[in-house]
Amino acid sequence: MSNGTSFPWKRESSLLEKPRAQVGGLNGAQHLLDVKGLQVGYGGIHAVKCIDLHVAPGELVALIGSNGAGKTTTLKSLAGLLAPAAGQIYYDGKSLHAVPAHRRVSMGIALVPEGRGVFARLSVAENLLMGAYSRCDQAEINNDLARMYDLFPRLVERRNQLAGTLSGGEQQMLAMARALMSRPRLLMLDEPSMGLAPLMVKKIFETIQDVALQGMSILLVEQNARLALQVASRGYVMESGAITLSGKSSELLGSDAVQRAYLGG
Amino acid sequence: MINYHKYLNNNRFILFVVLVSVLLLPFATDALLGRGWVRIVDFAMLYIMLALGLNIVVGYAGLLDLGYIAFFAVGAYCYALTGSPHLAAAFPLLFPDGLHLSFWIVLPLAALLAGGFGVLLGFPTLRLRGDYLAIVTLGFGEIIRIFMNNLNAPINLTNGPQGISRIDPITVAGVSLNRTQEIFGIELPSVHLYFYLFLGFAALVVFVSHRLEKSRIGRAWMAIREDEIAASAMGINTRNLKLLAFAMGAMFGGVSGTLFAGFQGFVSPESFSLMESVMVLCMVVLGGMGNIYGVILGGLMLALLPEVLRHSVVPLQQAMFGKTIIDPESLRMLLFGTALIVVMLYRPAGLWPSRVRRRELATDETEQIV
Repeated sequence: MSNGTSFPWKRESSLLEKPRAQVGGLNGAQHLLDVKGLQVGYGGIHAVKCIDLHVAPGELVALIGSNGAGKTTTLKSLAGLLAPAAGQIYYDGKSLHAVPAHRRVSMGIALVPEGRGVFARLSVAENLLMGAYSRCDQAEINNDLARMYDLFPRLVERRNQLAGTLSGGEQQMLAMARALMSRPRLLMLDEPSMGLAPLMVKKIFETIQDVALQGMSILLVEQNARLALQVASRGYVMESGAITLSGKSSELLGSDAVQRAYLGG
Repeated sequence: MINYHKYLNNNRFILFVVLVSVLLLPFATDALLGRGWVRIVDFAMLYIMLALGLNIVVGYAGLLDLGYIAFFAVGAYCYALTGSPHLAAAFPLLFPDGLHLSFWIVLPLAALLAGGFGVLLGFPTLRLRGDYLAIVTLGFGEIIRIFMNNLNAPINLTNGPQGISRIDPITVAGVSLNRTQEIFGIELPSVHLYFYLFLGFAALVVFVSHRLEKSRIGRAWMAIREDEIAASAMGINTRNLKLLAFAMGAMFGGVSGTLFAGFQGFVSPESFSLMESVMVLCMVVLGGMGNIYGVILGGLMLALLPEVLRHSVVPLQQAMFGKTIIDPESLRMLLFGTALIVVMLYRPAGLWPSRVRRRELATDETEQIV
């Protein structure tokens, strides 16, 4: 985005990684998010079969794969919306095993749900305020609100409009801004390009990249493999519930298997 | 936060006029239409309280509740049992004259009990939405009514279908509202006294609703209504907030029910039929789900219009045809159904939808936010 100085996490040190994030927790891990042997099922059917992945502080990691590979299920269980059948999730060195979804938000995990999930009959401003639901520092919330309007100028014009009347791209911007309102340390994005015009997709991905450049740790789930790998530093390829490939984005982009399966030869 | 002062200053005169006319309403009604109508207005106030309570559950939190009248029944039976000689029949040794607790002691207890029943209904239905939830709540409402109907054996707790009568009238500071009282030289009949009592309670319910709507809790309810997954991804404890919505709504219903029992002096299960739940829901939906003023309008209309019809249909037919062709009761349902269809076709968000008002206030709101 053009106006770089307006990013909240540039000015506000509290939006950056807190020092304790760098101090490894369990297993001496350096990772902000560490997933070990995660299994998630819907009544007997295992949508996610024993996956391992991690996100280091400040890293943008892509999780790519085709429809029904289990990407959304993975994100949902990381956010606490689905209980895992087995495996462990460590965030900042602590196990999230018994932490309910609403507590994970105040720990710094934010999810932008698939299909955006904006509150259609609430105004744009109200949607943004909902993002800060887990916070109670009213003055800081107002500051962040102003910063979100800086970051997404389109939302300023529309702030009193009902969120349901926005275009798809604007809703995606709103959903991202709303997630950022919780001052997360880990931002999880589920299919941000879904159903958007190519120009809008480009814009959204530029914003994602900018947010990542400011030091935010991001886990990006995408069907659009090329786009996701272009912005991410590392990637995981998921197929029918398991991670089949992982590595640096550049390696994955060059690999034959990924080329054949997702990038059309 | 909204700039209330600005809003109020601009409208202070209108507010004053509304207040005075509402306070004089029972006298005007009495003089123009007769005492029976003051009683009807009293019932309308109870319905408004019920509709505002249901508005929390349906309008704010988006949980379709078809058994809402059950909480009204809980409140009503609470006072009927503890404020009448009836308990003497069930426990002659323990309460030889019945319990006769003061209304003001029973009221908070009844509200709490109704709230407890709200949570009781909320727990098993946490994962349900829409039509599934409607069916379970409908069943719950019927269960309560059937319990009231059948709890006259083995011990006679509710007196079954005959209901409980001779309930103590409500007293305020030792003054019984059941008799005509003279205050400052003005003669106030019983129905007038009850009107002012109900007006006070309705104002309280409106105030609480209003504060809830603008609060963090209110916004969380609306977020749950819009998208439950996204709401919990925002850090909202959806389980507790849904239970709170059920409990708050039920408490309003319980308060209204307690007032009803004291006013009527008699309760029986037939006052709490499914049709009553449907009526209250219609008040919310017709008036404008989620908007306090719309809900009040809906409550007033649906409580008063059938009475208007009852009093006009027969004389009108007599004048036109010299005899009554259509019974007002059957005409009532016909017109009610037609009105419902017309409103839903042309004003699907209700007669006074919530967003219209919000847009009016929008400029004030943003000045504060940015």
